[in-house]
Amino acid sequence: MRSSPSFWLGVRHGAPFTLVIVPFALLFGIVATEAGLNIAQVMGFSALVIAGAAQFTAVQMLSDNAPTVVVLLAALAVNLRMAMYSAALTPHLGAAPLWARGLIAYILVDETYALAARRFETHPDQPLGHKISYYFGTCATVAPFWYAMTLLGALVGQGIPPEFALDFALPLTFIALVAPALRTPAHVAAAAVSVAGALALSALPYNIGLLIAAAAAMATGAQVELWLQRRTAWTRK
Amino acid sequence: MDPQITQSGPEIWTIIAILGVGTFLIRFSFLGLVGRRGLPAWALRYLRYTPVAVLPGLIAPMVLWPEATGGAPDPARLLAAAVTMAIGVLTKSLLFAVAGGAATLYTALYLV
Repeated sequence: MRSSPSFWLGVRHGAPFTLVIVPFALLFGIVATEAGLNIAQVMGFSALVIAGAAQFTAVQMLSDNAPTVVVLLAALAVNLRMAMYSAALTPHLGAAPLWARGLIAYILVDETYALAARRFETHPDQPLGHKISYYFGTCATVAPFWYAMTLLGALVGQGIPPEFALDFALPLTFIALVAPALRTPAHVAAAAVSVAGALALSALPYNIGLLIAAAAAMATGAQVELWLQRRTAWTRK
Repeated sequence: MDPQITQSGPEIWTIIAILGVGTFLIRFSFLGLVGRRGLPAWALRYLRYTPVAVLPGLIAPMVLWPEATGGAPDPARLLAAAVTMAIGVLTKSLLFAVAGGAATLYTALYLV
């Protein structure tokens, strides 16, 4: 299965994403080390969680001294979108053997999902084996680079002096992550509620303000989407 | 970085472990457990907005009240945030946005 053309096609399609993975993983290694995690813990995050945004969220909230439950809720909320990815791939990969589905789920990140979803949509009738091979091909570059560059970041992170203003690496990365996602008015509205809510409720203890703001923002996004849909349907009549 | 993680080793490993298992279960949910039933439209509508609902709220205080300046708003950091945002929206590229923001931050910190 590994030597199939589908696998290598996946590798070719996944390779350009290393340009994003490398700096992102490096940055996580650096930021997490600077925040006070040891190398084993930094690698534990990248190997067991493999979800950049959630890892950054957890590290930031740990530095804020948020309680464990709040750290977990915020980081898991960031990853909830992956349930959507899982649902989207199931029609194509749901018949794979259990070990394969386990492995597919473990490496299900934004990049591998985006590639696989696009491929399966344009080539829905390919045999299951080809689809599995393609998917693992996309992971073949993403996952190793994620681990290796996190490690490199953790190793160099200890030697970076404060003049480099690395405190701001995290906000900049998050902004860069969110900005391209502001595709629709609903996304913009959700982001605005999230910011306003988090700032207004920042005095609440245990970082609970962020959780309330996030829940309100999610509801706002969903409602605005619904409202825009209805309005479009109405104007078309 | 100024704020340091003060939680103990076991506490941190607990968080890593639960986050690892929880994230895996989210990813495995449909592939492994629920199967082909799919998600109802209302659930998809909420899930679509989870990243933009959490991340902006997480960063807003860091941008407005950075720890490095003792919580006082800092023109260099505000400018860098604005540039990162603008490049991100225009180019849709994480890489360009971070590079542009970092360049702005270092230039502004050097000039001020």
